Formats: sequence, structure tokens, C-alpha cells
Amino acid sequence: MRLVLHIWRQRNAAEKGRMARYEVADVNPDMSFLEVLDVLNERLIAQGELPVAFDHDCREGICGMCGFMINGVAHGPLPGTTVCQLHMRHFHDGQELYLEPWRARAFPVVRDLIVDRRAFDRLIASGGYVSVSTGSAPDGNAILVPKENADRAMDAAACIGCGACVAMCPNASASLFMGAKISHLGLLPQGQPERGDRVIAMAAQAKRELFGSCTSIGECEAVCPKEIKLEVIARMNRDFFGAAWRGRGAIGEGEPAAPDQQLAGQSAIGTRSAG
Amino acid sequence: MEIDSKTPTGPIETRWERHRFALKLVNPANKRKHTIIVVGSGLAGGSAAATLAELGYNVHCFCFQDSPRRAHSIAAQGGINAAKNYHNDGDSVYRLFYDTVKGGDFRSRESNVYRLAQISVNIIDQCVAQGVPFAREYSGYLDNRSFGGAQVSRTFYARGQTGQQLLLGAYQALERQVGAGRVRMFPRTEMLDLIVIDGRARGIITRNLVTGKIESHFADAVVLGTGGYGNVYYLSTNAKGSNATAIWRAYKRGAYFANPCFTQIHPTCIPVSGHYQSKLTLMSESLRNDGRVWVPVRKGDHRPPSAIPENERDYYLERRYPSFGNLVPRDVASRNAKAVCDEGHGVGETSLAVYLDFRDAIKRLGAHVIRERYGNLFDMYERITGENPYQTPMRIYPAIHYTMGGLWVDYNLMSSIEGLYVIGEANFSDHGANRLGASALMQGLADGYFVLPNTINDYLASHRFEPLDAGHPAARDAEAHVRDVTQRLLDAKGTRSVDSFHRELGKLMWDYCGMSRTESGLKYALSKIPELCDQFWREVSIPGNGEELNQSLEKAGRVADFFELAELMCTDALHRKESCGGHFREEYQTEDGEAARNDEEFSYVAAWQFCGAGLAPVLHKEPLIFEYVHPSQRSYK
Repeated sequence: MRLVLHIWRQRNAAEKGRMARYEVADVNPDMSFLEVLDVLNERLIAQGELPVAFDHDCREGICGMCGFMINGVAHGPLPGTTVCQLHMRHFHDGQELYLEPWRARAFPVVRDLIVDRRAFDRLIASGGYVSVSTGSAPDGNAILVPKENADRAMDAAACIGCGACVAMCPNASASLFMGAKISHLGLLPQGQPERGDRVIAMAAQAKRELFGSCTSIGECEAVCPKEIKLEVIARMNRDFFGAAWRGRGAIGEGEPAAPDQQLAGQSAIGTRSAG
Repeated sequence: MEIDSKTPTGPIETRWERHRFALKLVNPANKRKHTIIVVGSGLAGGSAAATLAELGYNVHCFCFQDSPRRAHSIAAQGGINAAKNYHNDGDSVYRLFYDTVKGGDFRSRESNVYRLAQISVNIIDQCVAQGVPFAREYSGYLDNRSFGGAQVSRTFYARGQTGQQLLLGAYQALERQVGAGRVRMFPRTEMLDLIVIDGRARGIITRNLVTGKIESHFADAVVLGTGGYGNVYYLSTNAKGSNATAIWRAYKRGAYFANPCFTQIHPTCIPVSGHYQSKLTLMSESLRNDGRVWVPVRKGDHRPPSAIPENERDYYLERRYPSFGNLVPRDVASRNAKAVCDEGHGVGETSLAVYLDFRDAIKRLGAHVIRERYGNLFDMYERITGENPYQTPMRIYPAIHYTMGGLWVDYNLMSSIEGLYVIGEANFSDHGANRLGASALMQGLADGYFVLPNTINDYLASHRFEPLDAGHPAARDAEAHVRDVTQRLLDAKGTRSVDSFHRELGKLMWDYCGMSRTESGLKYALSKIPELCDQFWREVSIPGNGEELNQSLEKAGRVADFFELAELMCTDALHRKESCGGHFREEYQTEDGEAARNDEEFSYVAAWQFCGAGLAPVLHKEPLIFEYVHPSQRSYK
């Protein structure tokens, strides 16, 4: 089959981007979407043109590195699927597709379809962990975890940190991503001691990263390749109000993220301009 | 020349404890004065960086991906072994040790393997404490499953995403230290050379993958946790970015490379569907617990599987290995799949596949149990192939998955360059000639959480470290060398893409240094690789420049190293005139087609030393001594 691809081309964060039109003939229905881009890039390289830059790594839908908008939908039309696992049998001959990078103020464009998602790492660094140092753990069976809780924690922990939720949200909110981590740890006994501080710190960091607020639209849930449910945002909100009520601090307070995260050498992608 | 593995002697049960006691410690107040570079942020690198920072060291951690959470450990599906004996089924540290030495076909160090088995139990505890959501029974206790190569249930798992959950545990521990200012993280930064000063590793040269800037970083010790080199075959289950550049450039600075020919072929991967294929996807080995492997009895039988009656199906693993059945180790399962396909029993469009059938398990347990155990794997299979494995058997074929070989390290995980430590898949230790399932996660975390943070103190406490800056001649030379290589790649201005060369190299390696190897095949590969390599440097085309994000340039540097590594792999495979584990030389097999080891001549670790471009590497042999598990022909019958 033949496809017409309109792809966002932008050489670096400073340059103005534009859409460019490419035709790809001989698309095999068993190819993955990224393999179509591989084929296109082979041709561009043969012509001495700049190939399309896109993030990808495992190509098994688990590393969370790939992702872009296909006709305005994060990761494309198939539910529960990253672009690397999206096969061309779900498209038809002659289809025109528009590929754009994630658009969010917190995710500036690096090049073409690549964005900078380090804001997610800083969110985790602000509190998305259990403070246990190596060596101090009791036996794994010392603290029992009801199966149902372990299963629900696993549902939330399945998040791959791809950023589709942010890209799809009209508010560019990171609530699904944060809610997933807060629910994962909050459902387990090991996560209890820091439960209140965690949610306050992460919410404060999200504000600093210029992620928007959640207004329960639900676009995030619809495009999440791991099908994480809105329920995690409800859990986060409940934890947040509980913690705020108990005087754990209010949003906007707390220490700023470690300056080490802002790498001087990568200033090109460190700026907080809209991509 | 003999090499010193610093392996302790005496009763094996107390070797690690006694060794650890003899190691020097660094005063807590002095730890913050030491900087340690950790390259790689997977299970080994990430856990090491986090733990070293917890101890009080300054850590600089590097990864080429946009975030440390992307490391390919994330894709491990099945589980992690630990000798907890929670099921009272006869497991013990000694049994895990025994299984691992035997599974590795008697080509690993007993001391290392015993330590690994001992530490396995601490890993589970640590991960549970971090909030890793392991599968639980209804009672709330940890659940286990069995795995290939073992007759006990010792594998802990988190659905089919165990690697993801363990990695996120390590990543969160790492980010906690980043937040505390004790780890400085450098994402999208690739190590391109090692700085060696007075015989000691003192830093690395990196390229910032966004700006193209080449920089020197200094430290008192360098740790490589950069994973395996399976991508030398182009098509593998590794992530597209997985590469050997860090370990290869360390090799060229003097670190010995051990057993490069020991590569593992995973028996259950989704078969290749076309020439455009960019990678292979693994289906967890745990599927063999409930799936039965079969091919049609009749050659070239292309009926749909449902139309083939029971008596015309050959469950060849159950037939040939009645006691282990479908759970034979990976190398045995892979070779048998290749054998039945070579004989003409293969299924699917290419006839290079066998069936993995869940019909009986679904009948016995119900589809809901199978969905609970393997749901995400079944979904993944259906997404890729468009077929529903609840209704029709999966088609699977072996693919390159893991490399047991890697940089040589001593018992302290230090390479032959002082101050250069190598952990996880990047080193050669622990798995011998074949790795058992659910052991890679165990080794990566054992090295990173528990072994290296103990052994590195001894080195730091025993040496003085002069401050260095970018003006040091060794750093300037290494930087100039990196710039020169980058420029040569950009200047080739040929007509062929990097991928096209990589694909060609991969096919050559798969055909001649893959699942089975012969002297003539290896010699042929050794004659072709340099030709292809020359052509690469002349004809490769890399659009763009070096001062920007340039994915072709990144790939080109890695593929250039794969060419050289491929040659060393073939050299090693040619010299090892025996079959053992993942290394199967057709000339050396038993009458019924099993691997025939030669313990008289080859019971050693082959550690290769780089002697300069165009010169033959020098082989150092580290003899392997078996005091506890006596070498026997592995039998899974």
C-alpha cells in the first residue's frame, strides 16, 4: 500500500518548524509504523537528505521512548498501543497521515518528532519513590500485600512514561503520569510512610514544570498505551487533599528540583519555550 | 600469561563473607571526596549509581536515552530467580548455584556463581521494600513460577513486565539520589572513549547527543553497565540503541574481552516477517511453562494447525527430553527448533517457525488463568502478528537475545584496567556459556546493589587520586581521537545508509557465527568482515553534521565498533574447538546431536587483549576449577 505522510520537520529547538510532505510506496501491512519511517529514512539518506529524527528504542512497547501524534491522536488510532507496536494493517491504501511531536510547554521540541521529557524525571525525583537504601530491607514476605492491592498497584505501575497523556491533554497536564506513580506506591504498604509528602512534593514540582491542571477531560486515559485509568487521578487527588488537610504543606511550596538536573551543556533543550 | 581473578579459596559458603571482610573500607567522611562515573542506567548501572550515592559517593551517571528509565532491562518479561525456597520444593542457595553452573555448561567461575545465588535472596527483599509490585498469592505472600532449566519454582515476577518493574525500582532509587543532589544524571550523552592515566581508568569522553559537544569527564573510578552486544547481529531482541561502543572502546584501551563467542539464542521469539524488519520481539520463556512446542510430523505440512490431528503432531521436546520436556534450557530448545526446521518440519510462511500451543493449558486451567499469567504477552503477540494465540498456536523461532561474553572482570568486578569496573551483561561473569532464564535480572541487580558497592571501596581506599582537568594530555588525546573518528565518518559522504551495512553484517554473523558454527563458516566470515568494514568506511552516507542531533552519526559509530567486535567473536568461536552452551560447533557434537564439551583443553575463560589495529589479539587463559559441581555432560532427558 501507499501512504502520504506529512511530517513535522524542525532542525533544532531554536529553528521554526514546518510540515513536509512525503510519499511512501510499498508499505507492507505487517510493518510497524516505525518501520515505515525507517523505509522513508533509507530513501532520504540515499538522496542525501536529512532523515526524520524520532525517538525509539525497544520497539516492544515497553521502554516508552517512542511516540508522536498521528492525525492529532497520540500514538495513533489503535487503543492501548505505542507507535512502535502499531502495525500498518490498521491503515488503508492512499491514506494521508499527519505526524507531529508531542505539543506541551513542559516538553520542548528537540528535533523533528523528538521532544525533551526530562520534566518527567524531575517529577519522579521530587518524590516518586520509596526512601529505602540498599541493605535495609526486611524479608520479602515479612509484610504481606493483599493480592488485590498488588494487582492494582501493578496496573498503575505499568506506566511507561511516554508522555502521550500530556500531549493529548488540552491542559498539558501530567496528572495521569503522576497519579499512576502515586497510586502504585500508595496502594502498597511500603509506600505508606511517605504517602502524604510524596503527593505534595510531586504536585509542587508539576507546577514548576508548567504542566497544566487536570479538569477531568479524560483524553489521557483514551490514549494511554498502557490503558491506565482515570481512577489514579482520583486517588492522587484524595491523597493530596488528605495530605493538605493534615498540614503537609500546600501546592507551590517545597524545595525546587536539584540544579544538577538542569544540564548546562544541553541548554538548547533546557529552555522552557513552547515547542 | 596467567591472569589473576582474585577468587577466594576455602569453603565456598563463606568465600564472599571472608573476602568482603578483607576488603578495605572508605571512611564515611571521605566518601564524598570521591567521584565515580557510572555509564549505563539499567538494572546494573542504575542500581549501582543509586547505591553508591546512598553510600555517600559523588556519582555521575550517563545514558544515551532521554531518561535513565528507558534502559533495555525494561523489556525483560519473565522474572527474577531467588533461592528463597518459599515453596518448600527443595530449593536452596546451593541448588541455585548448582543449576547455574550446570546451566552455564561448566564455563563459569564457581565462586562468582555461589555469591550470586547467595545474594539472590537479598535482591527480592530490596525490591519489595522499594515497592516493586511482585505477583502475590491470595494470602498476600509472594508468588513464584518455574522457568526453563530448573525443576523448582524460584522465579519471582510482576506479570510479564518484571524487568520493567525492577528497573523502575532502581530508577526511582536513582532519581531519589538525583533529587538529593548526590547523583548528577547525563541523559542523551554517549560514552565514546575511556581516559586511562598511568594504567588507571580516570574518566570518559562523551558526546552530547543533542548538541554534538565532545567533552571529558573525570572520576576516581569508572563503572560500565552498558549491557550486551547482541545487536552485532542487527536483528535481535535488544533495543535498537543497545550497543557495544562503551565496552569496545574500553577494550581498545586495554580491558580484556572474555568469551566473546558466548551468545545466547532465545528459543521463543516472534519469527521474521519481511526484509524491512527492524528488530525481533521476544515472547517470554515463561510461556513454555504452559505452552507445548510442536511441529507437524509430515514434512512441508502446510495445513492450518487446527486441522492437524493429535497423532500427526510431534511434541519434539517432550519426546526427546521426557524429564524437562518443554522446560529444557534455552540453548537446547533453540537448537532443537532449528533442527526440526532444517529437516523441513517448520511452519508458517517462511517455514522458519515452530508452534507454541496453549490449547491443552486453556482446556486444563481455563482461558482466564492463562490471561492472568500471560495476558500482556498474548496481547503483544496479537498486536504484532494479527493472530489470536488463545485460538491458534503461536509461531516462534529462536533469535539472538543475550551475550554471556563481555569484558573480563575479576571477583571484584574490576576489569584488567585498574579502576574500571564492569557490571551486568557488559561483563562476562556468572553465566558461563549459557544463561538460565530469569538470571540476567538477578545478576544485574546483584552486581549493582550488592557486589560493586562493596568491592569498589577497596580500590578507592588503596590509591591516591590526583585532581585532573581537561588539559591533561591523556584526555586531550582521547578527545582528539573521538573527534577524528567522528569526522572520518562524516567525511565518507558515500551513498549507503548505516542500517544497510548493519543489516549485511548481521546476516553474515547470524549465518556463520549464530546458532551453529563451523570452522569453514567462521573462516569465511573472518574473510568477509574486513571487506565489508572497509566498504563501510568508504561508502557510508551520514547526512547532517556533528554539531547537532544526528541519529545516523550515532548509529555509524556503533556499527563501526560492531564490525571489529564481530571479528573478535569469530576469532574466539574459531579457537574454541568444542561445543558448550550457546557455542555450538557442528564438528563437536555427541552421537545424538548434543553439545560435546572438551574439558581437557577448553575449561578456561578466553580473555582477549587488544594489541593494535590490524594486529591479532592476544589470548589469555583463566583456568576454571570445579571443586563443587563436577563437570558432566548436561542431560535434560
